[in-house]
Amino acid sequence: MLCLLALFALTVLAGAPFVGGTQVSPRVLWDASDPGKVDILWKIRIPRVLMAFLAGTGLAISGMAFQAVFRNPLATPFTLGVSSGASLGAAVAIHSRLVFSIAGIPAVTWLAFAGAVLAIVLVYGLTRSRRGFSSGTMLLAGVAVSFFFSSILLLLQYLSDFTQTFLMLRWVMGGLDNVVRFHEILDVLPLVVAGSLVILYLTHDLNLLATGEELATARGVEVQRAKIVLFFACSLMVGGVVAVCGPIGFVGLMVPHICRLLVGPDHRWLTPATWLFGGAFLILCDTLARTVRFPTELPVGILTALLGGPFFLWLLLRRSADWDAV
Amino acid sequence: MNQRATGEAAIEIRDFSFRIEKKEILRGVSFSVYRGEYLSIVGPNGAGKTTLLKCLDRIYTGGKGEIRVFGRPLERYRQKDLARHISYVPQADGRIFPFTVAQFVLMGRYPYFSPFCSISKEDRRAVADAMDLTGIAEFADRRLDTLSGGERQKVYIAAALAQGAEVLLLDEPTTFLDYRHQMEIRDLLARLNTESGATIVAVTHDVNRAATDSHRIVALRQGLVVFCGQPKEIMQPHVLQHIYGTSFLLVPHPKTDLPVIVPHVPQGSEP
Repeated sequence: MLCLLALFALTVLAGAPFVGGTQVSPRVLWDASDPGKVDILWKIRIPRVLMAFLAGTGLAISGMAFQAVFRNPLATPFTLGVSSGASLGAAVAIHSRLVFSIAGIPAVTWLAFAGAVLAIVLVYGLTRSRRGFSSGTMLLAGVAVSFFFSSILLLLQYLSDFTQTFLMLRWVMGGLDNVVRFHEILDVLPLVVAGSLVILYLTHDLNLLATGEELATARGVEVQRAKIVLFFACSLMVGGVVAVCGPIGFVGLMVPHICRLLVGPDHRWLTPATWLFGGAFLILCDTLARTVRFPTELPVGILTALLGGPFFLWLLLRRSADWDAV
Repeated sequence: MNQRATGEAAIEIRDFSFRIEKKEILRGVSFSVYRGEYLSIVGPNGAGKTTLLKCLDRIYTGGKGEIRVFGRPLERYRQKDLARHISYVPQADGRIFPFTVAQFVLMGRYPYFSPFCSISKEDRRAVADAMDLTGIAEFADRRLDTLSGGERQKVYIAAALAQGAEVLLLDEPTTFLDYRHQMEIRDLLARLNTESGATIVAVTHDVNRAATDSHRIVALRQGLVVFCGQPKEIMQPHVLQHIYGTSFLLVPHPKTDLPVIVPHVPQGSEP
């Protein structure tokens, strides 16, 4: 199954750059007679497809980890307010025109990361203080934090000038169209790779956390430490992705669930499956988004939300039959 | 009924107190669990039995006093090392990830896993042994959420066994089970104790069972140890009344002659 998924992801990764409003055939790879098409391929399509893969992977893996730690099928970067936190952080950076960079990573990403951490700490604290992780409390806390951050974001937009407002608004819709250069990929790549490695390192811990914190402790998991490391890794990935692409919703919800149906709940298999499928999934969505209304294009965040909304409702309605009985 | 426990202590608890928020759950608890022993902990609801078990496995941390596990202070263990000495079977929990039985039992091997490595031969053998011993090998591929309460309890015990610890802590292992499953779990625990030499600490509400199954019984009431001794010593109306705050009717067992608790007959229906 994993091999099939890997094959699927590779096919998508290799095929997507050649699909689009302008016809670019694979011949461009070795035949440089049309420099325009060469540019489209190397400067626009390929960076964008790579970015879509990274973003999809980062969001999907984070969703998977949140679902295990919160023991809740509805936990995702989006529903937990982590995406809004990261958005706010990035918007603050845009608004105040911060342009410093630390360790080669720009201010927008750092602030998005900080926002993501803040959101997860708030939601976790709120859910925790009400004892247990019932869906109700967690979703409520996530929505509350989300609204709070969104309203600050609106305030920021109100205070900004016209160009900045447009930039923020367009970016909040979630899209990949502003990725044109390789250096943005280099901003995100280390974060997603590091986050994925951490999660891959903790697959056994994720399995045990999914059975409950007490049982995990009894089996030898250092629960507090594992959770802090996981939250940190997820915030890193979500922050990095959101800083470049905006909050692309529902990838973290749909992908892990589809993968659970394909390979089962064991995180040793689920993690690589989610990793592969998350990337491929977002590439497909993005390819659709940029071709369906050519020559203009749809923000991919709107497309994933259109797919994800009904999916979310379906999960909510049938979840009593599954692993969340509370 | 069982072989005598050795004199060596597996767990020593000395003057241990524990509070959750401001409420004192355990107050100056002291007793020891000896290696190879089957010890039952009884007492009314809210006496602190479950809390005590969770403190022994560091699910709850903190508290005043001292707990030693195989001679070493509890706080000096890394959680993984502790898991190699003590395993825990929780009270039935309704909320379960849809793992299969085999996957779940394998997770008991966590203290022996290292990241990125595949499952070792030793892990597989431990899992197979644990499933054979508990008689769950036939539904290894079924999902946990499709099992009955009794089957699930066996799976939890199997996972704890796969952990390879000498001490097994159980929180009300038979409370929600029917008679047949109660007997099966009881036989299983007795076998583990006598044949595999496991040290068993079980919280239970069934004093009759505790008296026939265990070497010693500890009774808690409002966080205090109010009884610690042989089963035959607890089976006296005034001792039980002191523990539970209600009156008891005892009759000799037809086969063993040891006293057992029988239900009171409601007033008026006595002949």
